[in-house]
Amino acid sequence: MGILEVKDVNKRFGGLQALGNVNLSVADNTVHAIIGPNGAGKSTLLNCLVGKLIPDTGSVMFDGQSVLGRKPYEINQMGISRVFQTPEIFGDLTVMENMMIPCLARRDGSFRMHALASVFSEKALRARAEEMLAEVKMLDKRDMHAASMSRGDKRRLEMAMCLVQEPRLLLLDEPTAGMARADTNNTIDLLKDIKARGNITMCIIEHDMHVVFSLADRITVLAQGTPLVEDTPANIKGHPKVREAYLGESA
Amino acid sequence: MFGLDKKDTTLLLIVAVLTMFAPFILNPFPAGSGMAQFNAGYPDLMQRFVIFGIFAIGFNILFGLTGYLSFGHAAFLGVGSYSAVWMFKLLSMNVIPAIILSVIVAGVFALIIGFVSLRRSGIYFSILTLAFAQMSFALAYSVLTPITNGETGLQLSLSDPRILGTSVSADGGIPVTSLFGIEMRSTAEMQLGPWLFQFNAGYYLCAVLMLVAFYLAIRIFRSPFGLMLRAVKSNQQRMNYTGLNARPYTLAAFVISGMYAGLAGGLLASMDPLAGAERMQWTASGEVVLMTILGGAGTLIGPVLGAGFIKYFENIFSKINDNVLHSWFAFMPDGLEDLMVTIVHPFVGKGWSLTLGLMFMAVVIFLPGGLVEGGQKIGKMFRRKKAVDGTPSAAKTPAE
Repeated sequence: MGILEVKDVNKRFGGLQALGNVNLSVADNTVHAIIGPNGAGKSTLLNCLVGKLIPDTGSVMFDGQSVLGRKPYEINQMGISRVFQTPEIFGDLTVMENMMIPCLARRDGSFRMHALASVFSEKALRARAEEMLAEVKMLDKRDMHAASMSRGDKRRLEMAMCLVQEPRLLLLDEPTAGMARADTNNTIDLLKDIKARGNITMCIIEHDMHVVFSLADRITVLAQGTPLVEDTPANIKGHPKVREAYLGESA
Repeated sequence: MFGLDKKDTTLLLIVAVLTMFAPFILNPFPAGSGMAQFNAGYPDLMQRFVIFGIFAIGFNILFGLTGYLSFGHAAFLGVGSYSAVWMFKLLSMNVIPAIILSVIVAGVFALIIGFVSLRRSGIYFSILTLAFAQMSFALAYSVLTPITNGETGLQLSLSDPRILGTSVSADGGIPVTSLFGIEMRSTAEMQLGPWLFQFNAGYYLCAVLMLVAFYLAIRIFRSPFGLMLRAVKSNQQRMNYTGLNARPYTLAAFVISGMYAGLAGGLLASMDPLAGAERMQWTASGEVVLMTILGGAGTLIGPVLGAGFIKYFENIFSKINDNVLHSWFAFMPDGLEDLMVTIVHPFVGKGWSLTLGLMFMAVVIFLPGGLVEGGQKIGKMFRRKKAVDGTPSAAKTPAE
């Protein structure tokens, strides 16, 4: 049984069947990619996993526990982190402050009235945050205003913020969307490093086949809200149904 | 020192020195001179400076850090005042229990209003708080007359029961508020040549409490809790997906700032034991918003500056009447004198709020960071000048 088990999930938006009987099993310590054309329901599926949307029917189990009906912050505390399509960071704060927030959330839980302590005296957490920044090669930008950085840097900061929480499952929603080739390659390298460190499962939604095929252990192809096939990258590449539905080529 | 870093300690010490020596600093002109009317160093106004400073510091914890703009903070100020006056009526004329009760009652009140209002954010939150404050005002004005004494306002009387203390003072009047025997209204005067300086017990009590409030605000700003509040303002989505529940953080900030407002209200009543419903009106809520924005929202010292600025205008500019203007322009020929007085007239006296409004507009347009940003810009200008003098090469770098 995988760390993430999605069973018979359906989601309708009015007359539109966004997800129809989606079944998905993500094995522990693998990289699972979900691909599909626009409107295939990839983002809807992801939103169902993190508590932003609640499916009409079906179940979503993470590590043996249901995530349905839980708030996003509760799901994060269970060990699921999410990287957004456009980097969501704390733009008004410095890079280091951005890193301190997930560190504090990891240690103190979803709320703690820590009003008279000092952020600067949290030595252990600061060391942890700096270590993570060094890992994504951003230590020199630690005092920069997060909003003033390039998009690639924002993306790396967001990933560092997710990783510093040591999640069991990392969800990535088009992590390379709108990136230049060089930035995309940097991101791929970063994700490969993360994968090599082990003890993390990743679920990637992606348009860029280059990214998918260089990272994924397994690929699920979604089309019109239903999984078309699920297989290894090598098999997916040659699959006639996939070529037809997704790559737009006649078989 | 006190768990603060060097920069914050310096700031705290500067504020401490300024408040402790305020009777000197605010009285730069000799009594009886033509400029004496610009002196602000009399007890009543100095008390207002620090009390509204406390109010604005508290408001800034909510608005400056979380970005939630409350338009109903005067409700907590009013509730604090009523609680304090009731304490004077029923328990004792000592200000300590009155202040403690006003902080607690305002905190409870803020908890209830905050719990409901914080279900929404942005403009909806502002409107909800405004609605609550106006509701409190209307209730205090009419329905709750037994508690608030309606439009007359709650005052002390000769028949107050007062458990610890006397209903009537030795000379047959209403007893005055005190701190363990030190009367709040007692003022020591010091004559230094033509200058007259006044040291008021009530002012020093308020000033010490403001320093405590300011110190606590610095601690909150630098704490993990403060960082979370800034995270609320910056990106709630990311906060949620980082495993943090924004609601209790905003509610805690709301209650804390409500308690600050309650403290300010309690102090107002301690200095002058009466409380009226108009203290809760929306104009009073708007005033603290103006103070915070004028001084610089989200900065430590800004709200205090803003509060001082507005209270100075309200009390000093409003006193300049036509007679004063005529005396200023007396050196001019008659026709020109009248013309000048006519031009300046709308901006002073009763028109002081026009001047304030223009200044507020200027600050918001040219210095979005408030007076603090203005101070920083001036500071930078001087530093750049120095750098240019020291190293000629620096002059080549373009300005910003």
